[in-house]
Amino acid sequence: MANAEYQREVLNQAVIDMLDMCRLQIEKAKEAFITHDEDLAEEVIHKETRVNAMDLRIARDCEKFLALYNPVAVDLRFIMAALKINYELERIADHAYNISKYVVDEDKKIEPKLLKAIQFDAMSETMDAMLNHITIAYQDKDVKSARKVFKKDKVIDKINRRSFVVLEEEIKKDASIIQQALILFSVVKKMERVGDLIKNIAEEIIFYSDAEILKHKKSK
Amino acid sequence: MEPQIMETMVMDSVIDHSLKKTPKIEVKGIKVWYDDFMAIKGIDLTIKPNTVTAFIGPSGCGKSTFLRLFNRMNDYVEGFRMEGKININGNNIYKKKINVEELRKEVGMVFQKPNPFPKSIYENVAYGLNIQGIKDKNFINHRVEKALKQADLWEEVKDNLKKSALTLSGGQQQRLCIARTLAVEPSIILMDEPTSALDPISTAKIEELIFGLKEKYTIVIVTHNMQQASRISDFTAFFYLGELIEFNKTKIIFTNPAEKQTENYITGRFG
Repeated sequence: MANAEYQREVLNQAVIDMLDMCRLQIEKAKEAFITHDEDLAEEVIHKETRVNAMDLRIARDCEKFLALYNPVAVDLRFIMAALKINYELERIADHAYNISKYVVDEDKKIEPKLLKAIQFDAMSETMDAMLNHITIAYQDKDVKSARKVFKKDKVIDKINRRSFVVLEEEIKKDASIIQQALILFSVVKKMERVGDLIKNIAEEIIFYSDAEILKHKKSK
Repeated sequence: MEPQIMETMVMDSVIDHSLKKTPKIEVKGIKVWYDDFMAIKGIDLTIKPNTVTAFIGPSGCGKSTFLRLFNRMNDYVEGFRMEGKININGNNIYKKKINVEELRKEVGMVFQKPNPFPKSIYENVAYGLNIQGIKDKNFINHRVEKALKQADLWEEVKDNLKKSALTLSGGQQQRLCIARTLAVEPSIILMDEPTSALDPISTAKIEELIFGLKEKYTIVIVTHNMQQASRISDFTAFFYLGELIEFNKTKIIFTNPAEKQTENYITGRFG
C-alpha cells in the first residue's frame, strides 16, 4: 500500500494545484472585470486550457486509483471528494473564463457607480475570503474553516438578490446604461454560482474529513 | 423538511430483519491460551441467524482460533485452554456433557484448501451421512443431490458422480467440500479462508454461493481479502493481537469505522 499512499499524495497535490489555479483564475477575472484590464482577461482565457488539462488529469488519476487500489473508508471518501472538488473547481474556472470574455468583447469599462450600487466590491471580497477558507480547509483538513464558507455565501446570495432591483432603479435613472447593467447583472449571477460551487467544495471537504453528508441540509 | 438518506441496498433490510431475531451464536468473555501464550484476550460477540459475518485481521490476530472455537476444533490443539462461554442456539457448547459430534453436525466447516477424500464425488458428499449410520439409499441419494445443487455443482457433476473427487478443479473441489458440509444439514457454516487457494472465477462462484446460502444458514467466514469481506458479509469483526477491536455492520466498517486501528488495517496502512 506504500505505492497507494504515494499515489494518493500525488493526487492530493494535484487537487491543491487545481485549487490554486482556479482561485487565481476567478480572482484575476474579477480584477479584469472591475478595471477593464483586457490583458489580464486574455491571460485568464489563455489559462483555461491548462485548467481543463488539469481537470482531465485529476479525473483520470481518480479513476486509476479507484481501479487499482480499491480504496475504502477515509481513502474512498478522499477519492470521492477529490472527484467532486475537481469538478466544481473546473466549473469555477469556466465562470472566470466567461467573465473574462465580457471584458475582451466589450469596449467600455463598467461604470464604478454601478459597481458601487450593487456592492460588487463586497461580493468580491466575500468570495476571496471563501476561497481562502476552502484552501486552508482542504490543505489542513480544517473542518472549522470549511464551515465558515456557509455563512459567507449568504452575503453573496443577498447581494445577488438585491442586484435586480438596484440595477432596475439605475436603468430608470439613466437608460443609456442598459447594456452595462445587463452585463453586470450577468456577472453577478455568475459570481453567485461561484459562491454556490465554493459551498459545494466546503461540503466535500467536511465529508472527506468527518464522513458527514451536508448536501441538501438546511442547517450546516 | 430535510431529506433523509434512504437505505437503498437490499442488504440493509436483510440485516435489520435478522437483528430482531434471537442470537445464533453468543460469545461471552472468551479467553484462549496455547500454553503460556494468550491468543484471545476476552471477547464478547453476538452473531444473529441468517447473516454472514466476516472475521478480518492480520495473521496471528486470533481470528481463526476464535472461529474454531465454534465447533470445538481447538480441543485437539496441544496446550489449548480457554475461559468464558459460547452459546449456540442458547446452549453452552463447552459444557462437559456436550456431544461434540452432534455439535459438528450443527456447525459445519469449510477449510482454506479444498480437502476432498480420495473417493468418488458421491461418496464425498454422502460421507457425513454414512458416518451417522444412515443406511436409507434413497434418503442419501436425495441429500447428495440437494447438497450438490445447493453448492451449485450438480449440473457440472451429475453425470459423473462415481468419478474421483480428485479429478475436479480446485474451485469444484471447494464447492464439493461445501456440499459435503451441507449434506448433514448444519445451521451454521464456518469458513476459514475458503477462497484463498482459488482463481477469481471460482472465488466469484463461492461468493455467490455464500450469498445464496445465507437464507438458510448462518455463515462465519475468516478472510484476508478485504474486498471479499465487504462484498459478501453483513457484519465484520476486526481482530488485532487477540482482541476484538471493532464489530459492526460491514457497510459501516468499510466506510466510516469507529476505530483508527480498523481504518488503518482496512486501508492497508498496517498488517
